[in-house]
Amino acid sequence: MAVLCVTDLTKHYNSFTAVDRISFEVREGEIVSLLGPNGAGKTTTIQMLLSLVSPSSGEIQVFGKNLKYHREELLSMMNFSAPYSLLPYNLTPREGLKVFSMLYGVRDHNERANALLEEFNLMELAGRKIGQLSTGEQMRLCVAKAFVNTPRLLLLDEPTSSLDPPTARQLRARILRLIRDSNGAVLWTSHNMREVETVSDRIIFLSRGRIVADDTPGNLKRRFGEDDLEEIFITIAREPIREPP
Amino acid sequence: MNRLHILGLFYRNIILIRRSVPKLFGLFGFVTVALLLWGFLTLWLQDLAPGEAVPDFIILILSAFIFWSLFDLSQRSFGISFLEEVWSRNVINLFAAPVKLSEMVLGFVMVGVAQAFLAFFYVTTLAFLLYALNIWTLGFYIIPFFVNILVFGWALGVVTIGLVVRFGPSADILAFFIPFLLLPFSAVYYPISVYPPVLQTITFALPTRHMFEGMRTAISEGMIPWQEVLWATVLNVVFVVLAFLFLYWMLHLARTRGYLSRLVHD
Repeated sequence: MAVLCVTDLTKHYNSFTAVDRISFEVREGEIVSLLGPNGAGKTTTIQMLLSLVSPSSGEIQVFGKNLKYHREELLSMMNFSAPYSLLPYNLTPREGLKVFSMLYGVRDHNERANALLEEFNLMELAGRKIGQLSTGEQMRLCVAKAFVNTPRLLLLDEPTSSLDPPTARQLRARILRLIRDSNGAVLWTSHNMREVETVSDRIIFLSRGRIVADDTPGNLKRRFGEDDLEEIFITIAREPIREPP
Repeated sequence: MNRLHILGLFYRNIILIRRSVPKLFGLFGFVTVALLLWGFLTLWLQDLAPGEAVPDFIILILSAFIFWSLFDLSQRSFGISFLEEVWSRNVINLFAAPVKLSEMVLGFVMVGVAQAFLAFFYVTTLAFLLYALNIWTLGFYIIPFFVNILVFGWALGVVTIGLVVRFGPSADILAFFIPFLLLPFSAVYYPISVYPPVLQTITFALPTRHMFEGMRTAISEGMIPWQEVLWATVLNVVFVVLAFLFLYWMLHLARTRGYLSRLVHD
């Protein structure tokens, strides 16, 4: 079943085309990575999926419903985490998770906040101000916030970008477990190719706003004749629009 | 309407106000300093003014000051509740949450009501202790003015949010400037008869003019001037509708042109 179905999605900013007629699906239980060089249109795509940016044309359907007409209902089943949108520095992690549980309509918000603090090893930091936490701790908290409503569609924009390798590995494992438990779907962006290879069922490469490849990691390697995803990334970044041989 | 969404926003703001000394100062400090200033000025004027005019004179100026402070606070608290989300880089999280714009506004209204009641109770008590001004003797007369003042403050708060959404965090100065801009034209401390005829006509469109003119009549004549209350209410309804239309338009522009994400980067 398709959780997310994007059809001919386009975003123009005056004469600049940030996203150019992209179409893809994310199915239940699937983790799809959205990759591409800087300026490829990943963040614009994610912002359109969160209805922060209106598409110039095209359609976004979540669970078969058009996001444009069912915004609140669909956003209550989704969540996201991004390094540019951390939780308010002047709350404590416990307060932040409680506030967002309420904003996502979770009735047992106190219990949910405590459960997530436990789950993400944040209990010791629960009473400190978020602004006093390290960037890595804030990022972990941001990912914890993305689970307040047990989302069925999760958008993760570089969730481990500011973490050291052991913490990143732990966080990845935790995210994967929670997603598998809830049979949720994930759209994941990252510049860490090892991470992408570890977590992804499928990879979508974007370049200059267009999808230039959409396949499993194994098939992509075969198609591009490379053993390493990073090499494929570099090839695509260098020659953005040309189809692989 | 989801009650939890509204309570979530209320809870978030109350934590901030309760914990932050500068915010508590914004709530109680400014008004204390200003009350001292206006109080001393009024005491000096009391010495200059002829004896019989003094009692009305004091109550008119200090009551006007108290109600203007209430208006200023209601607009500011509303604008700052939203700006707080911008300053703490939380605005993307907020707009990506399943919260309707009306729920967001209601959450801010609840914060505004809580602050207004606290500040009003505080400043009227202080005015009684320092200057023996008992504004509560006005009784029910103050209710229509109290409500209209809060509502107009919120309408301007909604406009402030729209301007911040459109022009970014640098527009935050407007949260403090808008009431100041209206002060000379709202007949707060003087009757509208002091205005030139053209200005009397133009200022008719301001609800604040009717509120303060009406309040003066209520104080000096001991009756509610219903015509002023009616005009203030009608104009308030118009301003609230226009403010919401403006905010929806600004949000539409922000979503079309990508301004929302700019709010965390500017």
